[in-house]
Amino acid sequence: MECEVCHENPATLHLTNYINGQKTELHVCQKCAMEKGYIESKDDAYTIHDLLSGLFSFNSNLSKQPGINKSNQSELTCPHCKMTYHQFAKVGKFGCAHCYKTFEDHLNPIFRRVHSGNTEHSGKIPKRQHVYLQQKRLIQDYRNQLKILIDEENFEEAAKLRDRIKALESGESSSDSNEEE
Amino acid sequence: MSLQSFIDNAISPWMQEEGPDHDIVLSTRIRLARNFTDVPFPIVAEEEKLKIVSNWIKEHFNQKSFNQYDGLEYFAMSTLQPIEKRALVEKHLISPYLMEQEKESGVLVSKNEQVSLMVNEEDHIRLQLYFPGLQLDRGLEEAFHLDDWLEEKIDYAFDEKRGYLTSCPTNVGTGLRASVMMHLPALTLTSKIGKMVPAINQLGLVVRGMYGEGSEAVGNIYQISNQITLGRSEQDIIEDLQSVVEKLIEQERFARELLVEQSELRLEDRVFRSYGILKYSRIIESKEAAKCLSDLRLGIDVGYFKHLSRSILNELMVLTQPAFLQQYAQETLTPKQRDIKRATIIRERLRLEES
Repeated sequence: MECEVCHENPATLHLTNYINGQKTELHVCQKCAMEKGYIESKDDAYTIHDLLSGLFSFNSNLSKQPGINKSNQSELTCPHCKMTYHQFAKVGKFGCAHCYKTFEDHLNPIFRRVHSGNTEHSGKIPKRQHVYLQQKRLIQDYRNQLKILIDEENFEEAAKLRDRIKALESGESSSDSNEEE
Repeated sequence: MSLQSFIDNAISPWMQEEGPDHDIVLSTRIRLARNFTDVPFPIVAEEEKLKIVSNWIKEHFNQKSFNQYDGLEYFAMSTLQPIEKRALVEKHLISPYLMEQEKESGVLVSKNEQVSLMVNEEDHIRLQLYFPGLQLDRGLEEAFHLDDWLEEKIDYAFDEKRGYLTSCPTNVGTGLRASVMMHLPALTLTSKIGKMVPAINQLGLVVRGMYGEGSEAVGNIYQISNQITLGRSEQDIIEDLQSVVEKLIEQERFARELLVEQSELRLEDRVFRSYGILKYSRIIESKEAAKCLSDLRLGIDVGYFKHLSRSILNELMVLTQPAFLQQYAQETLTPKQRDIKRATIIRERLRLEES
């Protein structure tokens, strides 16, 4: 089937309209459909970034409230990659890892919207780089378990766990003697 | 192995294996976004900075092996022909975005093509692993092992509060995108899928049509993936995805049974008509081919064909895309010529099954 407008290309878009019970059909090619405005070209499509920049500008509106210095706001610039907050808001992307610190005060509302209310990571930690961090999490986990054990009045297990936490905190690794019952 | 030989060999080795629930789930993909700590992200970095990343990857990981992922080989985007890049996109080994990047971009691919590590895409590193069928748990486990292996040599940009730092705020935290590619002809035919999508979205998961533009699912193939990357652990993300996928499998199987029971002759007619078109047509557009292949695959799954292998859908969906058609023809083809070539490949492939 050829395009009903240009009669050159094959029709790839098939429109069916019902107006007052009257059915009309239209068969056009991609190019004509775009020219006639039946579909949007890819460039016009609403992207996640448009969506995000909406969030960012919402954010900068907040900072225009009295009491917050506007000029300071517009000059907020990442010392490492030189990205300004304005640029960040426009492209919706960070320029480098340090931007997260630079724009820290403005990030929570953005993350909350993008990640269903979440602002803090709770997942994998780099294995080599963050041995200490993993230790910290492990201690936190043990503490949570400890609380449950105490609530359950399982004091024997709780005492063992408390010793384990102490050992971890004093810098010993969680191996050997601690693992033994 | 040269790029030529792996494009000639258009179907990735892992795709030829049958995974769990392979009657409905075509493949599972795990992607982790990672960045170097002291190099600006690709959108702002100068070429020399990005060179630090690409050189580092080449120096430490090119020609290396990790467990079953051996023969890792690095291809710089600047050294590839447009058609070779297109073919990598069609195999999902690189993204369309990477294809357009000139500055020090590349991809590290394992011999079995199960692992592809994109370098200087939107982030410095985009690690991807593919598995046949539904294998989210195994996928995550292996992705973590590879990630740890990379991290032995790379200082990742990581923040205790925000997790793995990425260029786009939509990836920060875990940097994880887990996706499952599913063939859902019966749910599509009965218009059930449209009703299920809003509920799936509420769980922070997204349903997309594959191979098509926008929400339309060409060939009834859908991709289900997580949207949220911050504030939830990788295991939790995978668990949610797993349960939704299992639900979809259950519903799809149920819808298929119902179709066979209630409209067997109509279904059979539809499937065999499509088979006829694939077997005998001389000119076929990609959309029609995808529709017919989906019908044929459904026919195989419900038992109308004993002599055809299930892998035919996955295989021909890859082979009949523009770059592979041209690779096959060894020349550049106009869209009309492609439609002719597409019909030829499909006929030849079906003939192979019959011999």
